[in-house]
Amino acid sequence: MNLVGETLLWLADPLHWTGPDGIPTRLAQHVGLTVVVIAIASAIALPIGAWMGHTRRGEVTIATLVNGSRALPTLGLVTLFALWLGIGVRAPIIALVILAVPSIVAATYSGISSASRPAVEAARALGHTSWQTLSRIEAPLAMPTIGGGLQSALLQVVATATIAAYVADVGLGRYIFAGLKSRDYPEMLAGSVLVILLALVVTAAAAGVGRLYRRLTNPERTPE
Amino acid sequence: MKTPTRTLGIVSTVAGLALLAGCASGDPLESGASGEQETIVVGSQDYYSNEIIAEIYAQALESAGYEVQRDFRIGQREAYLPEIEAGRIDLFPEYTGPLLLVWEPDTAGGTAEEIYDALVEAAPDGLRVLDQSDASDQDSYVVTRDFAEQYGVTTIADLASVPVPITLGGNSEGENRPIGPAGLKSTYGVDVAFTPIEDGGGPLTVKALLDNQVQLAVIYTASPSMASADLVALEDPDGFMLASHVVPIASDKLDDTAAALIDKISAAMSAADLVALNTESVETQAPAATIATAWLASHADDLQ
Repeated sequence: MNLVGETLLWLADPLHWTGPDGIPTRLAQHVGLTVVVIAIASAIALPIGAWMGHTRRGEVTIATLVNGSRALPTLGLVTLFALWLGIGVRAPIIALVILAVPSIVAATYSGISSASRPAVEAARALGHTSWQTLSRIEAPLAMPTIGGGLQSALLQVVATATIAAYVADVGLGRYIFAGLKSRDYPEMLAGSVLVILLALVVTAAAAGVGRLYRRLTNPERTPE
Repeated sequence: MKTPTRTLGIVSTVAGLALLAGCASGDPLESGASGEQETIVVGSQDYYSNEIIAEIYAQALESAGYEVQRDFRIGQREAYLPEIEAGRIDLFPEYTGPLLLVWEPDTAGGTAEEIYDALVEAAPDGLRVLDQSDASDQDSYVVTRDFAEQYGVTTIADLASVPVPITLGGNSEGENRPIGPAGLKSTYGVDVAFTPIEDGGGPLTVKALLDNQVQLAVIYTASPSMASADLVALEDPDGFMLASHVVPIASDKLDDTAAALIDKISAAMSAADLVALNTESVETQAPAATIATAWLASHADDLQ
């Protein structure tokens, strides 16, 4: 039988859908890990990006950060942090946060700093404080860009969270590592397919949230 | 003005296509083999001590007058074994037990000699299994010295009487292998949990042991970790872990003189040698060729 058929059989096997090594458990771990990582990364990246965008400082820093981070091998980071913190889920979380932060910072910076100048100046003229300008004018105008940054960070993290299985009994990456090392290619391919499907679902969901946001906020805006 | 440029363009395109065609039809692993003596292709895993052994083979063959081509660091067994079976690699340092597991997945295990005999039996046509070496690099169950002393553990069977829960750390493929948690339970009645650490008994595994995040780990006997850290390999009275002696796999291209030379190397290499080679590779970061030359020089008498 060919590999595709065997992969489908593997996915259809009810044994693979139950227990601590079952697909629902692994999927839940994978999603849980992604949510934790995005939450931590947002808590770090949104204030930094917003402050930089508002004050228009650090453009060079951002370019360096974003470009440099593309060259960082996440698996290397996992190993590095695991040597410091030990095995378990902490090292992958830190490595994935480092993966996610730059794109959120960059999107937030670019969204806030490119908020309509007349609108910002009008707000200042009306006596808005710096914080009020940021929170009432710049942030809402920047939302679509920030959303895009979050979406790309989310996609990166969902796809890369497989490496958590390098040092922890967590996530869909377990199927990929175990299948690769034991020449069980249907298992490996099934793990990959599940990650791809999850990434597609997550992207679609994020796009849906974006549309919903636009629909909810559009009526309040004046037509262009 | 344009014509010469265009001609040049066409010529270079044609030449490029011809080159491409050459690449496509010629097997990149097949040597030129124009002379009466064929080049011997020596391969190795992407694993430091395996590469050193392959380099020792290659240098010994070269000094005996053979043409040698090195295809080192091909990767893991999944990647290179098909190449050996197809006859594109002529000499490869392998390990008895793990290789037997590929050719005979249901193998029951046994002594080193039984494994070797079964391997010779299982080898596909066109491949020869040369003599196995005394040197071995096999999986072993390892605990910290503190753990061994606290609970009086010296053999794998002793783990059954340890009152605290035990977690086994190792590469994820170990979870479902006969030597994994299921085998521990059925052979020795030991219950363990499993956590994957995908660095093959490297520094992450050692750290997890020393931090007591795992109590039991799978580490190769010839790993430098075993020499440097406070670790103890558990005895394995029932031959539970498959014996894994260095064994060269050769194609028909290797003539009897060359095979005899490789057999001498296998006979000369001791288990302690392998640990020393590994340790030197890790600690000095010297290239495989340098370490191989040094080993050959110190064993010149055995290879006459």
